[in-house]
Amino acid sequence: MSALLSVEHVGVRFGGLVAIADLHFDVNPGEIVSLIGPNGAGKTTAFNVMTGFLRPSQGEVRFRGTSLAGLPPHEITRLGLARTFQRTSVFPDDTVFDNVMIGLHRQGSLMSRAPLLDTLLGRGGANERRLRERAAALLERVGLAGRSNEKAGSLAYGEQRLVGVALALATEPAMLLLDEPVSGMNASETRVFVRLIRQIRDSGVTLLLVEHDMPLVMDVSDRIVVLNYGRLIAEGPPAAIRADPAVIEAYLGQGSAARHAGAGAREAEHA
Amino acid sequence: MTRLAPLALLAALAALPLGLGTDPYLLNALITTGILTIGAMSLNLLLGFTGQLSLGHVAFFGIGAYVSALASLGFEVEVGFGLRVVHEPWPAAVGLVLGTLAAGACGYLIGRLSFRVRGAYFVIVTISFAEVVRLVALNWVELTQGPLALTNIPAVTLGLPGLGYWTLKTKAQNYYLVLAVGTLCYLVIGRLVGSRFGRAMRGLKENESLAMSVGINATRTLTVAAVISAAMAGAAGGLYAHYLRIIDPDVFLFATTVTMVIMVVAGGKGTLMGPVVGGLIFGLLPVLLRPVMAPEAQWIVYGLILIAILFAMPKGIVPGLRALGARRRPASPVLEVNPAVQR
Repeated sequence: MSALLSVEHVGVRFGGLVAIADLHFDVNPGEIVSLIGPNGAGKTTAFNVMTGFLRPSQGEVRFRGTSLAGLPPHEITRLGLARTFQRTSVFPDDTVFDNVMIGLHRQGSLMSRAPLLDTLLGRGGANERRLRERAAALLERVGLAGRSNEKAGSLAYGEQRLVGVALALATEPAMLLLDEPVSGMNASETRVFVRLIRQIRDSGVTLLLVEHDMPLVMDVSDRIVVLNYGRLIAEGPPAAIRADPAVIEAYLGQGSAARHAGAGAREAEHA
Repeated sequence: MTRLAPLALLAALAALPLGLGTDPYLLNALITTGILTIGAMSLNLLLGFTGQLSLGHVAFFGIGAYVSALASLGFEVEVGFGLRVVHEPWPAAVGLVLGTLAAGACGYLIGRLSFRVRGAYFVIVTISFAEVVRLVALNWVELTQGPLALTNIPAVTLGLPGLGYWTLKTKAQNYYLVLAVGTLCYLVIGRLVGSRFGRAMRGLKENESLAMSVGINATRTLTVAAVISAAMAGAAGGLYAHYLRIIDPDVFLFATTVTMVIMVVAGGKGTLMGPVVGGLIFGLLPVLLRPVMAPEAQWIVYGLILIAILFAMPKGIVPGLRALGARRRPASPVLEVNPAVQR
């Protein structure tokens, strides 16, 4: 089976700062893969490289065998690779419904050869109706149908994440990158979201997830890729990752090591 | 009611000359106000809907005016290497179309630039562009007569073969021409804004990264918006040239851009009716103030009224009135939003 997305020896440097040293992994069609690591490990940077918001200093990303090098974000989306954002996942001044209508931009252009001309001549009515139906269906799918007419910026943080997912799904992706999708959600919202993630996968969309919620990651992932200081330190199924000494050290070991060092320093002061 | 307001305004404006008779002073004020209002509507397409402030908008207006005037006057210039370009006069209506197209082409250049420069940098680029164009108009005397002005610009002749032709010499005729072009621009902007293209503009304005991530091509969208906006400003400039029948490099004055910005911001940027309401108020305000106070006081009052409007309705008149209307109708469920969250 050939990989859907391959990250091939990608490195990102900002001046002297190494955000990603050398990242290399594949995602296969139909998988749910999670990218985890402590804060500052380079996860979001990796997302930005994959979706064209950031140019890597080395290496390249291939999607369905096509190199994404030099492609702007909107063209990568058109290839079928969509993403959500960690912080700003909505168009805040528009209603939830209009948010999804904006997200259906690409579908609108597929319906007509000269959309701008159609607009000026008032011929777009039928297409608009179809887009509105799709927007309603998408909101139903993510469970926001009841919020259609509210301003997206006024929704609770967790609901804004869902709008972000609806926007990404509106582009009809083959693969979806979710950047901390459950941050700001409570436990029951998270449970519902897990169901949504599975549903999305079952509809044929491959998923790559950046997430800090470890129970969720262990629950939904087929495979986990662990980053630390811009380096891949482990890769494998959840059970193997849970037992991996390198991962445990990255998450716990340094913290306890620092505590030990701190205690040592205090003792030295007293002496 | 909000749907009927534009129609009611159009009907009132169409009936206005009948009521005023043919008082040339008032008609003249209405025509220049109308022309500036078209400019304000075009500026609103960029400022209100894409969020890009073009402080050189008068450049498109002036280019429309000069191209339209020169096309209908004819010219003969030396372009270097011993080449001479001779242009025979064309009908004024053709000039208007050419002026519109030329301004649109310049809008394309500025729009492409916006790919690289946004925000404050875009503002500076547009100001510089307007200044460069003004200096060309001032100094390329062989083509533009420089400060001596282009005079005797023909009035617009409209008509169809077989039906007859009318040359728009009277003020009332010009008034209706401006009203027709203004209505057309309003309809075009209305269609655009309510469409997929309008949603792409809004998306880019509200959250550019997110908009790009759903497949919206930022450069293309901003370029198309700039072309349409510039073309409309150019059409307004062409109307101006053929109405006044004389233009000089002062059509590129920065103050004209400022007036258009005031009209848009006071009326309500990002709304269809905002620039029209703002345009009528701030276009006609000097006319209303003139008989009642000294010239020095007029501009002070003008400024005070602007401040008062923006103090009472920070988002502009049209959104302000809309909010008032929503408050009066308690029957419709209004979502209570914490203003801090809303922002």
